[in-house]
Amino acid sequence: MGDLPPDPEPPPQPTSSRRNSQVSERRRSREHSRPQPTVPGEVQQVPLDAQILRSSREMVSNQINRGWSQGASLTPNENFIFQAEEAQRGGIEYPSLNTGFPSEVQPQTYPSEGRLQASHNASLMLQQLQQGKGNLFQQLESAYQEPRADLLGQYTRYQREDLQFSQGTQHGPYLRDDPVLQFSPSELGFMPFNVEVPEPDPRELAVQNAKAYLLQTSVNCDLSLYEHLVNLLTKILNQRPEDPLFLLESLNRTTQWEWFHPKLDTLRDDPEMQTTYEMAERHKALFSQSGGGEGEQEMEEEVAETAVPNIMEKAFYFEQAGVGLSSDESFRIFLALKQLVEQWPIHTCRFWGKILGLRRSYLVAEVEFREGEEEVEEEEVEEVMEGGEVMEAHGEEEGEEGEEDEEKVTDVIPKPTWKPPPVVPKEESRNGTNKYLYFVCNEPGQPWVRLPHVTPIQIVQARKIKKFFTGFLDAPVISYPPFPGNEANYLRAQIARISAATHISPLGFYQFGEEEGDEEEEGGAGRDSYEENPDFEGIPVLELVDSMANWVHHTQHILPQGRCTWVNPLQKTEEEEELGEEEEKADEGIEEVEQEVGPPLLTPLSEDAEIMHMSPWTARLSCSLSPQYSVAVVRSNLWPGAYAYASGKKFENIYIGWGHKYSPENFNPSLPAPVQQEYPSSPEIMEMSDPTVEEEQALKAAQEQALAAAEEEEEDEEEDEDEDQDD
Amino acid sequence: MDEESLLLSLELASGSGQGLSPDRRASLLTSLMLVKRDYRFDRVLFWGRILSLVADYYIAQGLSEDQLSPRKTLYSLNCMEWSLLPPATEEMEMQTSVVKGRFMGDPSHEYEHTELQKVQIKEETRLVSIIDQIDKAVAVIPRGALFKTPFGPIRVNRTFEGLSSSEAKKLSSYFHFREPVELKNKTLLEKADLDPSLDFMDSLEHDIPKGSWSIQMERGNTLVVLRSLLWPGLTFYHAPRTKNYGYIYVGTGEKNIDLPFML
Repeated sequence: MGDLPPDPEPPPQPTSSRRNSQVSERRRSREHSRPQPTVPGEVQQVPLDAQILRSSREMVSNQINRGWSQGASLTPNENFIFQAEEAQRGGIEYPSLNTGFPSEVQPQTYPSEGRLQASHNASLMLQQLQQGKGNLFQQLESAYQEPRADLLGQYTRYQREDLQFSQGTQHGPYLRDDPVLQFSPSELGFMPFNVEVPEPDPRELAVQNAKAYLLQTSVNCDLSLYEHLVNLLTKILNQRPEDPLFLLESLNRTTQWEWFHPKLDTLRDDPEMQTTYEMAERHKALFSQSGGGEGEQEMEEEVAETAVPNIMEKAFYFEQAGVGLSSDESFRIFLALKQLVEQWPIHTCRFWGKILGLRRSYLVAEVEFREGEEEVEEEEVEEVMEGGEVMEAHGEEEGEEGEEDEEKVTDVIPKPTWKPPPVVPKEESRNGTNKYLYFVCNEPGQPWVRLPHVTPIQIVQARKIKKFFTGFLDAPVISYPPFPGNEANYLRAQIARISAATHISPLGFYQFGEEEGDEEEEGGAGRDSYEENPDFEGIPVLELVDSMANWVHHTQHILPQGRCTWVNPLQKTEEEEELGEEEEKADEGIEEVEQEVGPPLLTPLSEDAEIMHMSPWTARLSCSLSPQYSVAVVRSNLWPGAYAYASGKKFENIYIGWGHKYSPENFNPSLPAPVQQEYPSSPEIMEMSDPTVEEEQALKAAQEQALAAAEEEEEDEEEDEDEDQDD
Repeated sequence: MDEESLLLSLELASGSGQGLSPDRRASLLTSLMLVKRDYRFDRVLFWGRILSLVADYYIAQGLSEDQLSPRKTLYSLNCMEWSLLPPATEEMEMQTSVVKGRFMGDPSHEYEHTELQKVQIKEETRLVSIIDQIDKAVAVIPRGALFKTPFGPIRVNRTFEGLSSSEAKKLSSYFHFREPVELKNKTLLEKADLDPSLDFMDSLEHDIPKGSWSIQMERGNTLVVLRSLLWPGLTFYHAPRTKNYGYIYVGTGEKNIDLPFML
């Protein structure tokens, strides 16, 4: 005991208010991770000692606080507990201490009592706290205690000794030994005899240390645990979610995330949203009035006559059927079509539909140019294409001839007898499959791109393959049989097929023109023009739904050849005349049969072929609950996504889908072509096997024999002659 | 899609072209609420619509507290009266694998299939099985929308604020809304990066065949839409940075077996 440093005289006298807060804080912080309500006497562990030390301090300050600030004695509760404690410990009696803690504690007596009480208080504190207030600082405390343990290590000895002392007797004030008072100077590492500056209360100091620990930040981040917890608790208290304990983990994560991802300040743009903003700008451009301002003249013009259809009205009707894009999207499409009409000389225009793709989708507009406008551009395109084809053909022929010349000397290469099948010429613009022009764009606001006309071979090939669209017009279509073209051509071919198969109108809306003379010239293929019937009065909706005979196709059916009007490909080019007559006749024979198959224009739907016992069309009323205002809706089963509605005098077709035909069986890709036949065998190219050695020797022997025989004969003859001469 | 945000969800999912007519929407709003009350569901989802020849089936699903527990499926022909469907079994799946073609529209219709003997399969069974298959194959949920509590059950994450724009474009931020199948096959290295409370379901990234999901941005980059190519008609939408997400199936109920040829 003599080694102990002298006590500082005046006990720490912090303000009571500070004590108050700290007390409450510390009280909460006293939740020990190791619940051991045992008497300090049993304590051997350093941390627990430290705990007790602190708890004792706290208790003391608590008591003092009560004593000083509130001027109240120990509450009966604490009294009770205290006595209970006593009973537990059995043997330590401090009756006078319990009751009526004097409001004015003399510093002198205080330490001893404090010391004695310290141990009491420790256990008391422990008990109280263990009475079940969970706290967040608990773990902090335990973590906090570890490093502190060392510092207070030296106290433990004293403490133990103190306790032993205290248990036995009431000794005089050993100021120096009082851990409460000795805390700060020992911590400082030196033992000032007399400290002038009023030192902070040890408990408060401990609080500050705890806070300092919490405030430390690691190398990795700027956020300290203290700040994070403050944020978290503030957030919880502000938002007051239900069942916060349940959400604690999520809130924890969110708070952390928010710290590291603060809302950007107003000076900088959010980099992620750049593309979105750009798109929005583009859409905004759609909404601006056409250049030239809002002069009255322009308004009148627009109101009077515009090629752009009333998309909103059609969208409304389709919505009744449960089909179509949302209304704001439809409006944007309307504006985009308006833009299209302004850019190109368009006579009529229609929103054909939307084809979904893998990466982007296509919005398709069906358009008819004014008379004479489009021819020019089309020709240019055709020339380029045809030029390319012709060049290629010439190149091949020249190559062949060159080879032939070189090798004519030695050998004649058999000429291939294969000729490419005759190319079916594509239909003229405004005829058949190319009746309308199609423009596509990916999103309203993007520029419209024109699709090229479709050729019959493309349609024929498109029937054999089934591919998804990617959304980029120049993407290649990799398939077998190879598709002649890129995605733009494939798209156009599918559009042509869908239009031919699913564009329908109520019976009577269109009628044939009055000219009948053309029928014979076209070889019975049917008329290909129709006009609106001004006397059309509309068919009642119920009838439209009941019978498919009330609807007709108003687009021409595409023949297997790939065209709407049949053309004999053999008559076109002169080269083909070199073909043997047999082949020509055969071809004609086949194609004549085809010609009869295509149903004429304006055939009712009831004539359509069934798919596996299933009608290719499904018709329904849009709303069964209000039939008087319903719209008749027809859905195609053959091309899923094709819809048509009719109500009164209005009707419309639309297609929204992936662009593929429905087939109940699996898709069977075409098999590769059979292996080509090799050239026919003939003696000049037949390989002979070389003679073997035996054969050669035999031959040689035979030759020698023949030679020898011939010599003998000569000799004989000579002998004979000689003999003759001799005679 | 959640019944609570039905109107907005339908609007966002309309990019695929098929939706609901106004009368159906109105009836759904009321009837789903009643269904929720009657069956004591925690959440009711409008699953979608199966187009059939005569009449369409409207399907709804109810979830209990644990989001991954088996869902109860209900169907209706007029969006007003809902009937509970039996849970799907493997036997049903085997039976319906032979039936091809469209749905008829009449739940009591029977398909006849003759293999070794004549078997009759009810359309209701087929419906149950198809819905189950679609759910297992292509029901999608974004990462972070559900989280796993330490006690086991899966809960809706109330603090889910949506995926960021960059995350929304990656397939790995979306999970299959079903019990995980592939998760345990991941290597330890991969598992180390996962967050066990959020990454407890399979992601769409490793679906076979690769490329069976089409992911696009619509509406000027404010909406990300995933469409399944294996079951055409399934559309999943999510507006990045918002809480709106959901999926809906509007289609014929047939698997696209030609998918490998079409990619």
